[in-house]
Formats: sequence, C-alpha cells, structure tokens
Amino acid sequence: MRLRKITEPVFERLIKICGYSSGFIVLLIVIFLFKEGISFFNLSPVDEGSMLWVHNSNSVQELDAAQIKDIFDQKINNWQTVGGKDLPIRLFTLDEVGKAFTAEQLGPKFEYLPKCIDSYMDSLPGAIGFFPEKQTAGLLKSAKAVEVDKVSFSSFISDTEWFPTSRPAARMGIMPLLLGTLLVSFFAILIALPLGLAASIYLAEIADERVRKILKPVIELLAGIPSVVYGFFGLVVIVPFVQNAFNLPVGETALAGSIVLAIMALPTIITVSEDALRTTPRAMKEASLALGASKWQTIRKVIVPYAASGITAAAILGIGRAIGETMAALMVTGNSAIMPHSLLQPVRTIPATIAAELGEAPFGGLHFKALFALGCILFIITLIINLLVERVSAKRR
Amino acid sequence: MSNKIETIDVNLHYGDFHALKDISLGIPENSVTALIGPSGCGKSTYLRLFNRMNDLIPETRITGKVLLDGENIYKIKANKIDALRRNVGMVFQKPNPFPKSIFENVAYGLRVNGITDKSFIEGQVEKTLHQAALWDEVKDKLKKSAFELSGGQQQRLCIARALAIEPSIILMDEPASALDPISTGKIEDLIFELKAQYTIVIVTHNMQQAGRVSDYTGFFYLGSLIEFGKTRKIFTNPSKQETENYISGRFG
Amino acid sequence: MTFPESNDRRKKIGQAVMFGLSKGISYGIVALLFLILFFIIKQGIGVISWEFLTAMPTDGMTKGGIFPAIIGTLYLVGGSMLFAFPVGVMAGIYVHEYAVSGPMKRFVNMMTNNLAGVPSIIFGLFGMALFVNQMGFGASILAGSLTLGLLALPIVIRTTEESLKSVDDTFRQASYALGGSKLYTIRKVVLPIALPNILTGLILAVGRVSGETAPILFTVAAYFLPRLPNSIMDQCMALPYHLYVISTSGTQIEASRPIAYGTAFVLVAIVLIVNILAALLRNYFGKKVKMN
Ligand SMILES: Nc1ncnc2c1ncn2[C@@H]1O[C@H](COP(=O)(O)OP(=O)(O)OP(=O)(O)O)[C@@H](O)[C@H]1O
Ligand SMILES: [Mg+2]
Repeated sequence: MRLRKITEPVFERLIKICGYSSGFIVLLIVIFLFKEGISFFNLSPVDEGSMLWVHNSNSVQELDAAQIKDIFDQKINNWQTVGGKDLPIRLFTLDEVGKAFTAEQLGPKFEYLPKCIDSYMDSLPGAIGFFPEKQTAGLLKSAKAVEVDKVSFSSFISDTEWFPTSRPAARMGIMPLLLGTLLVSFFAILIALPLGLAASIYLAEIADERVRKILKPVIELLAGIPSVVYGFFGLVVIVPFVQNAFNLPVGETALAGSIVLAIMALPTIITVSEDALRTTPRAMKEASLALGASKWQTIRKVIVPYAASGITAAAILGIGRAIGETMAALMVTGNSAIMPHSLLQPVRTIPATIAAELGEAPFGGLHFKALFALGCILFIITLIINLLVERVSAKRR
Repeated sequence: MSNKIETIDVNLHYGDFHALKDISLGIPENSVTALIGPSGCGKSTYLRLFNRMNDLIPETRITGKVLLDGENIYKIKANKIDALRRNVGMVFQKPNPFPKSIFENVAYGLRVNGITDKSFIEGQVEKTLHQAALWDEVKDKLKKSAFELSGGQQQRLCIARALAIEPSIILMDEPASALDPISTGKIEDLIFELKAQYTIVIVTHNMQQAGRVSDYTGFFYLGSLIEFGKTRKIFTNPSKQETENYISGRFG
Repeated sequence: MTFPESNDRRKKIGQAVMFGLSKGISYGIVALLFLILFFIIKQGIGVISWEFLTAMPTDGMTKGGIFPAIIGTLYLVGGSMLFAFPVGVMAGIYVHEYAVSGPMKRFVNMMTNNLAGVPSIIFGLFGMALFVNQMGFGASILAGSLTLGLLALPIVIRTTEESLKSVDDTFRQASYALGGSKLYTIRKVVLPIALPNILTGLILAVGRVSGETAPILFTVAAYFLPRLPNSIMDQCMALPYHLYVISTSGTQIEASRPIAYGTAFVLVAIVLIVNILAALLRNYFGKKVKMN
C-alpha cells in the first residue's frame, strides 16, 4: 500500500509524458528537418573548396548557378550573354593545363601548378576556369574569382532544373520535382476518385449487408500491402503494360506511377467516403424515394451532395497519400528530374528524389541539405493537407 | 364519404417481430386522420404501408390488402411504384430538406419525375410555397441553401416539397414534434387548409394536437388497432378501456 | 398532374446501368487485389523453400536465400514495437483516461493525426538526422527500430484509444465505488478488458512496420550483408529493402527476379497472416478496432 503511494504518481507522470510524445516528436521532426533544410539556403552552389576564376580584364563579377551550368555546357558562348564584353567564352580546365605544360614545368609535386595556371590564364582574356581553392586562392595574378550567387529560396522554388551533382555549380530547382509529384498524384486521384466513389456508393447504398461484410475487409487489405510490393508489382506488371500499350521506349513513366498510386489511394478514398455517405440520415433518403425518385436518383441528387464534404476530405487525403508515397513512386516513375510535359515521360517525385539521392549525398554537404529542404517542402505540403482535411471535415459538424 | 385508403387484415413482420396485427381500417377521403398510441406500437409502420416505404427494410413481410382508391397497392406492377409514391406525399418527424437550394428542394419531385418545362416548374414552386404559407418568408432567397431556414420553416418547406407533385394523400409522421409551439401552430393551420384537397394521415403523440386537427382518430397498441372513430367520440367517449387510459394519460 | 411515363422507364434503366457499373467497379477492385496477390503468390511460391528462407544470399544475390533479411526484419519489428507499444499504449491511456477534453486533448489528438499523416520518407530523414547523426548511433538496428517505432506510434495510440473507448464506463465506476484509485482501475479493470483490442492494433502495427522501406533506407538497411547482426549497433538487411534493391539496382536484375518474387511473396504472406490474425482476434473477442 505504501509502495503504491510512491509508484502511482511516478506512473501517472510517465503516462502524461507519453501522452505528449506525439506532439514532442512532431516538434522534433520540425526542428531537425528545418535545421538542415534552412541551412541549405545561403550556401554557395559551387563545390566547397573550389573557386571559379576569370581573366582580370573580364568585367563580369557575378554569376548564378544556371549561368555557370550553361557556360560549362557551352550553351552560353559569349560573355555578352551574362553581362560582360563581347568576347567568346573559353572554358579552361586543369586537364588542359596539364597538357600545355611539361611535367617538369609543373614540378614533381605540382608545386608550380598555380604559376602555370596563372601564365596560361593571362593569354586567354575570355577564359573561365574552375580550380581547387588551395591551389589558386591568393596565387593568381592574371585572374580574379567570380562571385557565385548563393542558393536562395526563390531560386530553389523557381529554378527549372534539378541537377545536384552538376559541376562546377549544382542546380537545385525544385520545380521539376514539385510538378512531377503533383502531376503523378493528381492524375492518380483522377483515376482513383471515380472508381473509389463508385465502390463506396456500392458498399454504402447498394450492396446488401452480407456482401458488404465480405468486400469491406478485402478492400481494406489493399491498404495493408507494403508500398514496396506495389512498386514491385508496378515494375513487373504495370510498367511493361504501359510501355506496350503506348509503344514507348521505356514504361517507367508518370502514367505508370499514377496507376500504381491510384491503386494505393483506393482504400483510403473508399473508406473515408463510405463513412461520409453513411452519415446521410435515413429520413432524407426516404423523403427522396417518397417523391418518386429512384434509388439511383436519390444517391446522385441527395446522398452524394449530402456527403460532399466527406468525399472532398477523402480526395484530399488520397492526394496526400499519393504525394507522400515514396517507394512505389521511386520504382515505377522512371526518376528523371526534368520538367514534366506529358504523362508518358519519366518524372521524379519529391519523396523519390530524397530516397534515391540521400544515400549518395555527402553528409552535411550542399546536396544533403538540399534534400532536407525538399523534406521540409514535403512536410509543409502534408501539413497543409492535414489542415485542409480537418477544415473540410469540421464543416460537416 | 368514401374511403380513400382501406387496409384489410394487414399483418407486418420485421423478421421475427410481429409489428402490425390484423389491421383493418378505412380512411375517409378529404379528411384528417390521426394515429395515436404509445411509442413502438406500430403507428409509423402502419403509415409507411401506404407509400410502400417498408419495402426498403430488408426482411419485412406483409400480408393482407392495402387498397388505395380501391386498388391493392401491394399487387401493382413494380414499375407503378413510382406513380404510387407520386400520389402519396410524406412529411417526416424531423425537418429533412435536401442539401440543395430552397427552390431546388421544392422542384425536386418534379425534376426526378421527368418534368423539364422551366416556367412550369417555377410556377409550381411558387404556387406550392404559397400553399405551404412559406412564400413571403423565402421569396427573396430561393437560391439560398435550405439549411439556412429555421426548423419550422424547414418543415413547411418539406410540406411544400411534398405538395409540389400534387399528391392526393399526405402522410405526416409526427410533423411538429421537433418544432416550437409557434411553428407547430403554423403547421396545424396548414393541415387544416390542406384538408379540403387532400387526404391526410398524421401520426402524433400530442393528444391536444390530435384533438385540434383531426376528424378521425385511430388508437394503436402493441401492433393492434384498438379503436377507430370520429375524433370527438374517441376523445370524449371511447369504447375501449385501453383507449381511455391512454388518452387520459394513465400510460404511454 | 401528369408525368411523362417514359421517365419512369428511363429512371429504371439509368439505375440498372449505374448500379451495374458500381457493382462492376467494386468487384473490379476486389479482383485487382486478388490479381496482385495471385500474381505474387504464383510467381513466388515456386521459389519458397526451407533453404530459401534459411540460407544466406550468394552469387551477388541472384542465388541463395533471404535469411538475413528475414532476421533483420524480425529485429526491426521487435525493436520498433519495444518502443512504440509501451509509449503508444501509455499515450492512448493518457488521451482517453486522463486528458479530459479541453485544449490539451485537442492538441494531443491533432499532433497524433499529424504524425500519422507524415510521409514515411520524412521519418527516414528525421531518423537519419536524429538517431544516426545527432545521437551517433550510426546506421544501426537501434536507429532503424526507433525510426520505425515513431512511425508505428500513432497507430498504437489510435487503437489503444479506440479500445479504451469501447470499455463501458460502468466498469470504471464500479471500481471507483470500491475505492480503487484511477491508475489501479485502469490497470486492473480497464486494461484487461481492452487488451484484446489493443493487441489487434499491435498486430496491425507489426504488419505496417514490417513492410516499410523508406524509413529504413538511411537508418539501418544494408544492401548486402551475408551474416547476421552481432549487436543492435550493426546494420542489417531487411525484407522490404531487399525487395527494392534486387528489383531495381544492381547489374543482375533479371537473374535475381526469382529471389525478388520470393521476397515479395514473404512480404505478402506476412501481410495476409497479420490481417487474418487480427480478424480472428477481433472475431474471437467480438469487438472491432478500426485502423486509419
Ligand atoms: N426496421 C425495423 N426492423 C425491426 N423492427 C422494427 C423496424 N422498424 C420498427 N421496428 C419495430 O416495430 C415496432 C413499431 O415501430 P414503429 O416505428 O412503427 O413505432 P411507432 O408507433 O411509430 O413508435 P414511435 O411513436 O416511437 O415513433 C417497434 O417495436 C419497433 O421496434
Ligand atoms: Mg414513429
């Protein structure tokens, strides 16, 4: 008895702490996600330890990541395009230096490398080069370092290329990923909503109780299958199907992703909208039938409108599931981070990008942080979706 | 006066439960008939015989005859049920407007039954809203959701909705039990007005109401019809002891 | 009033068509589920053998078995439940028995909802940042189990709450009337009644956790590790991750297809067993616990 007096308050305290655990975890998730994610901004898109150099006479002071990539891809060929003089751009690499000078000139331990770079650079007024910082900083007289625009939130949002491993400057625009995610998810819901709604109408209003008791758990079982199994099924069945049906070079496309995600969203949509349809008061249905309406007219004109907010909630929840789905999207969408133009092309979603790239991104580096920033965006999207669902379902009551 | 509705030896079972026992009764045309009795005695079940609403409940068995204008409505072809339900309007205990505009609520019965003439529908909606004494209150907000009306207004809207397809019978299952006294008064006035054109059957738990609005009263008890007759007679001089006990409030 | 008779016929036909369509779609969805299950079972069952289940993978994972992945998944499921079960049950008790309405309860509920809606890849990111790096566990069974435990937590909380809800209040009052304290009442009266339902929730959580891939990608999963883990600080293989890697990466995707089907079969079998078990438990105790 005595002992209980001591242990009970301890236990109750423990219960209370556990009660707050989910709030605490959400808070921790926010902290850790955003700590890494936010530190992504204001980093330089150029590899740490490297610098970009141009000839002293060049009037260009500053370049952004997109310009740098275009210059090194030779899509921009003249300094005029980036605000300099009318002068062809001359790319110039360490390799080239290595070839232009003999091993002796470079020195046995490359100790004369900076000097060589310097003299080579001097002869090329249109040159731009990308060199390790420790072999150039403070050592070049003929060249000056170019300022590189830091990664900003606006460039993150608006840049249309995701190319985190691009050298010298990484391109990290979320647009292709965001649009890819939205394309795949919305199309998935476009497929799943009519099917799910029809099934939920059947379960709630048409099927008799006996049939419903069998169908319901079977459909709920769909929700239990792991997403990696859906991904695998998509890979071996749906991807080849899409490829053959549309005669495509590859079957891993946005469409394949949408189909798989649609299947995965079905149980959510069916369960939530069936619950909503079931809340229609019996008297309201009877009032419609008593006016000579058929059962179907009653469903279409009374029951579905009555359950509209619940069905909306179902659709939003379904979109949320699809947006956050990782493995299935990763396995069947083809993972190509380009701006999506059609459903029949490979795309890449935000969660798939995180899953595919985090393992290879050097810890704590620019790419690593960019993926956390993607995580933040994904988290915010799901938060918005949760709030929307809460708002929509609150309207019911 | 002839009988609009007549039931002969009607029995109804919900599964094993015997809900209506040998009910034989004639309901006169253009009158108000009140059905009274303690909760669970089968009033609603009986009322719902007349538009075959009980058909919707699985495992319901009905025997006997239900004659409407002399025709047994349980013998008609399945494709005549819609016509039957158009002829028999129903008003429920709680106001239950559809999730639509006021206008569309009233127009609903016309539309689902294939009336497409716009001006006819508009005319009919206005006429019925007048009949239900609601027009002046809603004429400026016909496009607004019906849920924005007060409970009493909603119930009159539901009456208008039933009237719009011009039935000849109106069934009312405790139409005023969820309403305040003023709204209840309005509904009762309305019933009085409608009597000239319609045959009205009303279920009520309110003895005063039954006394005020009805011409005939039937008293149900445990699934049986105990007594039926002119309301005045039932209330002043019932012939059965159970009826007297119930009316005087000794049970139920 | 006269109504067009043709309309009644049209209504009938329209209804028949739409009912048929809804029915067809519903059965189509069921058929789809069976198609998926049937496909994987058909392709996988030939691969399954005692050896497949108990041998190490060999020949670049194109031959041999999936033993380490099975063991790894067992460790991860066990570890995650070791965390999620006690914490989740206590949190459920708090929400239902202690947090008597008010803003606190709303807040806790909202957070649990939010946590349940967080995509699994976010758990993966978080687990990597917190357990792998911040706490220095590295990629390990410990880090992976904790990450999966967080993911399972809202499921356990919800089912516990639902189970407690289904316990009639009279039991509590009876215990209070006999002088039982609140905690005593919960422990000796409420929990024993709710236990079968809570266990059903636990089983469903096990099913969910055993199939999750995204949270373990960076916290524990090893691509190829043909030995059993020695401690909880080791990495391990896991069934869902194994299925992912052998079906998407590597140079011998075609050669390892049979292994992939076999792995998918095992995963599907786990899901089926878990659901059947839960259904049995539910039927046996006659009360339904709702997921989602
Ligand atoms: N769908 C049903 N299935 C089984 N039994 C039913 C069903 N509907 C009604 N009953 C039973 O039939 C009996 C009569 O019900 P009914 O609704 O007609 O009573 P009532 O007289 O209208 O009662 P109240 O005054 O409470 O409305 C009741 O005992 C009821 O339990
Ligand atoms: Mg009744």
